[in-house]
Amino acid sequence: MDARLQNAITLERVSKNYKGVTAVDGVSFALPRGSITALLGGNGAGKTTTIAMIMGLVTPTSGSVHVLGAAMPQERYQVLHRMNFESPYVDLPTRLTVRQNLSVFAQLYGIEDIDARIAALASDLNLTEFLDKWTGKLSSGQKTRVSLAKALLNRPEVLLLDEPTASLDPDTADWVRGHLETFRRSFNATILLASHNMNEVERLAERVIIMKKGKIEDDDTPQRLLSRYGREDLEEVFLDVARGRKREVAQ
Amino acid sequence: MSALAYSPRRVRAMVRRNWYLLRSSWPRILDLMYWPMLQMITWGFLQLYVSQQAGFFAQAGGVLIGSVLLWDILFRGQLGFSISFLEEMYARNLGNIMMSPLRPVEFVAALMVMSLVRLMIGMIPVSLLAIAFFGFNVWSLGLALAVFFLNLILTSWSIGIFVAGLLLRNGLGAETLAWTFMFLMLPFTCVYYPVSVLPHWLQYVAWALPPTYVFEGMRALLTERVFRADLMIEAFIFNGVLFAAASFAFLRLLESARLHGSLIQSHE
Repeated sequence: MDARLQNAITLERVSKNYKGVTAVDGVSFALPRGSITALLGGNGAGKTTTIAMIMGLVTPTSGSVHVLGAAMPQERYQVLHRMNFESPYVDLPTRLTVRQNLSVFAQLYGIEDIDARIAALASDLNLTEFLDKWTGKLSSGQKTRVSLAKALLNRPEVLLLDEPTASLDPDTADWVRGHLETFRRSFNATILLASHNMNEVERLAERVIIMKKGKIEDDDTPQRLLSRYGREDLEEVFLDVARGRKREVAQ
Repeated sequence: MSALAYSPRRVRAMVRRNWYLLRSSWPRILDLMYWPMLQMITWGFLQLYVSQQAGFFAQAGGVLIGSVLLWDILFRGQLGFSISFLEEMYARNLGNIMMSPLRPVEFVAALMVMSLVRLMIGMIPVSLLAIAFFGFNVWSLGLALAVFFLNLILTSWSIGIFVAGLLLRNGLGAETLAWTFMFLMLPFTCVYYPVSVLPHWLQYVAWALPPTYVFEGMRALLTERVFRADLMIEAFIFNGVLFAAASFAFLRLLESARLHGSLIQSHE
């Protein structure tokens, strides 16, 4: 079987240049179905561009991106209904209630029993009491949960998350992580997570890809990274890579 | 090809999204009626004044008001399309939409429906105002009005589609075009005067624009009581070409936006 079909996400020598500036430089990785992977990197490392290419929002300059076997962005409409995403860089319309927003996106994603699906998600994410409130009137933590509900509406096989717990208090953030783990287990979903929260990455991710200046600097399990860099936590590993101490420490 | 696959359900979802927004905001509803009414009253009284003088306007009652109404259909039709699109950018919701299974053709179809909804909210009260204040009943034009309307709304959608493409490619930096692009047509489509007053070389430009045929047709109907079917057929042909060109440009601009990363920076 073709590896592009076997894996949920496959990037092969993907590069992206913007007017002579290289944002992503020859990146290759494959994410097996049902895996949770964290994409780490400082500002300008190329994470957002990489995720945008996986979503089909940006066309690579060279190389290929395949999601669930479909070439992105050319064949995106074959798989967009099986994917979803959550990012702090996009919002849901503030003048619509939570129920209206979820209902619109449920229709866009072709959900059959919309009312039941919204009720179930609202219950799961503690949103029931906010369903008929304007989205713009919610706290940032509540909005994040609504965005997460939108991202889980279609029970996506591929879920892309950008800082999913950024504005949540520690208790809710922990609860959301637990929910994501349960979701992954229940639906064998593939999750790609961009986060600066190393506790989150250590808890959720079984694999960590670290990017720097558009390239992959390291790619391994959290345990092996800790052991190889001789560090106690991933934050120290991240700093080693970001400050160019990778080689000395790893050697 | 896949960009052309069509789901009425997704179109309905986008129409509902815009309808929820309109319904929740009375200033938005008021805004739809405010300018058309103001314009109608101003131009209506001007028409009243000049018609009291001898000459052309005395014989051609309603030409000015008719022009104002038809221009508003053209302008507000495009604005309704463009503002519905801009609402997604203002709300930072474009990423959610572009990442959803919604096809460009469905997005455009939903924007067309919303432009009609917005136009009706604005224009129906204005047309009633024209009857009440100035005794000009645009509805009495009957079938001719339907043909005028269809031609004008087609042009407004074409411009709306092209402007949406520019917004996708250039982000909110191109917002001004949504408000001003149609005014580029104003002097050349001869809204308030016949094509014959233009310099000869400029008349070629005028006749290349579909609305020119509609405004000439309206003047023929109101002053000579003749419905110029030939002008309307020509307008439809030019509209077909304009619509196809605008749709092609939209798809190319969307492709270019993906290439240049504009879809993830649309708010800038």
